[in-house]
Amino acid sequence: MNKHFLKTLLLTATLIFTSLGVSFAEPKKGGTLIAAVGNSPRHLNPAVQSGIVTGFPGAQLFATPIRYDNNWEPQPYLAESWEISDGGKTVRLNLVKDAVFHDGVPIKSSDVKFSLETIKKNHPFKTMFAPVVSVETPDEHTAILKLSSPHPALMLAMSSQLMAIIPEHVYGDGQDPKTHPQNSENVVGSGPFKLVEFKSGEHIILERFDDFFIDGRPYLDKMVLKIIKDPATRTIGLENGEIDFYAFENVARNIVRLKKNDNLTVTPDGYAAIGPIDWLAFNTKTGKTADVNVRRAIAYAIDRNFILKAIMLGVADEARTGIHPGSPFYEPNVEPYNLDIDKANKILDDAGYKKGSDGMRFGLTVDFGWPGLKPNAEYTKAALKKIGIDVTVRASADFPTWAKTVSNHNFDLTWDTVFNWGDPVIGVHRTYQTSNIKKGVIWSNTQQYSNPKVDAIMEKAGVENDMDKRKALYSELQKMLANDLPVYWTNTLPYHTIYSKKVGNPPMGIWATSSPMDMTYIKD
Amino acid sequence: MLLVLLVVVVLNFLMLHLAPGDIADTIAQTMGGADEQDMAELRKQYGLDQPFFIQLFNYVVRVALLDFGHSHFYNLPVFDLIMERFPATLLLVFSAQILSLFVGILLGVYAAQNPNGLSSLFVNMFSLFGYAAPVFWTGILLLIAFSLHIPIFPVSGMRDITIESGNFFVHFFDVLRHLFLPMITLASIFFAYYSRLCRASMLEVLGADFVRTAKAKGLSKKDVLLKHALKNSLSPVITFAGLSFSAVVSGAILVETVYSWPGLGTLAFNSIISRDTPVLLGILIFSTLMVTVGNLLTDLTLKALDPRIKI
Repeated sequence: MNKHFLKTLLLTATLIFTSLGVSFAEPKKGGTLIAAVGNSPRHLNPAVQSGIVTGFPGAQLFATPIRYDNNWEPQPYLAESWEISDGGKTVRLNLVKDAVFHDGVPIKSSDVKFSLETIKKNHPFKTMFAPVVSVETPDEHTAILKLSSPHPALMLAMSSQLMAIIPEHVYGDGQDPKTHPQNSENVVGSGPFKLVEFKSGEHIILERFDDFFIDGRPYLDKMVLKIIKDPATRTIGLENGEIDFYAFENVARNIVRLKKNDNLTVTPDGYAAIGPIDWLAFNTKTGKTADVNVRRAIAYAIDRNFILKAIMLGVADEARTGIHPGSPFYEPNVEPYNLDIDKANKILDDAGYKKGSDGMRFGLTVDFGWPGLKPNAEYTKAALKKIGIDVTVRASADFPTWAKTVSNHNFDLTWDTVFNWGDPVIGVHRTYQTSNIKKGVIWSNTQQYSNPKVDAIMEKAGVENDMDKRKALYSELQKMLANDLPVYWTNTLPYHTIYSKKVGNPPMGIWATSSPMDMTYIKD
Repeated sequence: MLLVLLVVVVLNFLMLHLAPGDIADTIAQTMGGADEQDMAELRKQYGLDQPFFIQLFNYVVRVALLDFGHSHFYNLPVFDLIMERFPATLLLVFSAQILSLFVGILLGVYAAQNPNGLSSLFVNMFSLFGYAAPVFWTGILLLIAFSLHIPIFPVSGMRDITIESGNFFVHFFDVLRHLFLPMITLASIFFAYYSRLCRASMLEVLGADFVRTAKAKGLSKKDVLLKHALKNSLSPVITFAGLSFSAVVSGAILVETVYSWPGLGTLAFNSIISRDTPVLLGILIFSTLMVTVGNLLTDLTLKALDPRIKI
């Protein structure tokens, strides 16, 4: 072996391990990780329950066919390999042969079939597996997914918390999987950790699964997930060392404060696939905002930089479109709507909205989906006054109240945070598809935006297997949406992971804690 | 009593029904969205597609049969959820009530001895601060002081989950350590009430003829204060303590949320946010019972203090 070969080998190894988010310090086995979670999950079965709150324990309890590295590349997990053929209409999963569930029963291809059918029927993200027409199981370790059309989103849909492989011998007992008692107690999964105790509103205790199908993993003996709702209490817990780890922190002042703590690492990495974006949505069907000129004028009058610097205290990133900046499909070269009050006034003047004697043109209402967006709503009032729009801020008592108002289309403007959930087909299309205008359903196309050309591009991009062509289609889509402006996107929600310096290999991929933490360890 | 309970059940059901949104919206939120069919199914599953009066009738009948229903959010029987958390709230509420009574009376007696002095002014200021400060703010301040800067108390929960073994005393002191800050926080609201009430009552009693007689008989100052004056000035304090028991229970909601104390308060908070009506109604019925029992205990205490009182 010559020196050049050794160097190449070392470089390759470095790249592989770096891409997997693995540090070079030797992981230590044992120890307990004390983590905080901000809300209590309804239950722990991600096959029938979406959301990041279930995702954290769910991804530890249940394994998925594949996992993703931080370069958006699929990696083997429960499926040791896969083959895509027939123009993307057949996907063959070759399962790990000695994998067992927490109760010792071997994982078979029939469990994959059962899981996929259960998810397809019960999970809220219907687009994930919509084209899957059947799952064939030629042998115990091979599952073949047959699709009606190519579906590139399938790979991301088979990762993270989105395709938990659940045991048929437990959840196939005829009970409704959504309310199955073993969603909360005696949970049987195949992930790196098994459930010890789940006390809703209090804590979730997980312990190492000794027969996990990846030898030597997980490194931790135990994970204690303390449910602490109050952000101030969580912050104090992190500062005094009582809590080792907290993901999904989005309170800007807490992030700024904790960044100053030498014992903690605070990072925004790891949330690209979750893809949370703050935006101002318009009612494009009724009222003044039905006019695209009004929407554009509003966008020019709102200073995105003010939101980023003053409200988000510099911890959030700019988001110019509805696709997260961390996604390979993000297109930054769209009309940015930089602050231009003169232009905004001119657009409104030209469109015939003349100022009255009081300097005002017309009035609008602005709602907000959760308390963290209240400053954005208040800023909107001040910003739009400069162009003669009198804004009334409407504070909803809680989420259901706001959801009822917005989903029934009784709004002019509303601030909201919406997630991408990996592939645009899963979390992006729903906001703009004409077919997804559904009264009474929150996070559908509540803007009632409709453009046949946009619908056609989304349909084409959803089945395009060639990555470059797909990127081009989504680029075009984002430019068209920025022009029509059913939504004015401003910034990413500043999710941050905060962890003690004694924690090694925290989840830094694209799915944050909605991915297995089998490589996380406690340092000496 | 039964009529009161029926009125409580009907009024609570009506009020909760009037609030916009329902559990289907909450579940959609926790799931990151849900389609039309899912929402309709959820509403059907929880009987929310039924007319209001049918829902009310069904609920009243179930409660009459001691069935508090099933939690929409947690998918568990409401009774089990409440029973699981009831001991924690009971511990917090009673310890805070006893502490506030004890300290309040102590401060009241102290202040009454020199009503225009500096010490009395200090007692007034201290108790009014406790009364005026929002309870969640007091909680955060105590956490910053005694969990962060002087880290002697934990920030959250009721016990240290990592303690697996140990005898009874290890667990007892662990709970006590977790209880200390929430108890002080909750009690701080009521120091003012009890100390000022006790002070006023003591001042009135200290001027009464029987106290003058006791002094004339040559009893020590301590005996006059504790055996004669205090005993006779406690009635209004105890009466008020009974009446304010409901306020202590409602104060526990905020305190439990700040300290993640696993009691009915956090459950109530979650249930309000998630529109988990059966749980909320169950908690309200339990709170009604707790307040009723608290009032009964007040009456019994008053009778013990003054045998002339008849129940």
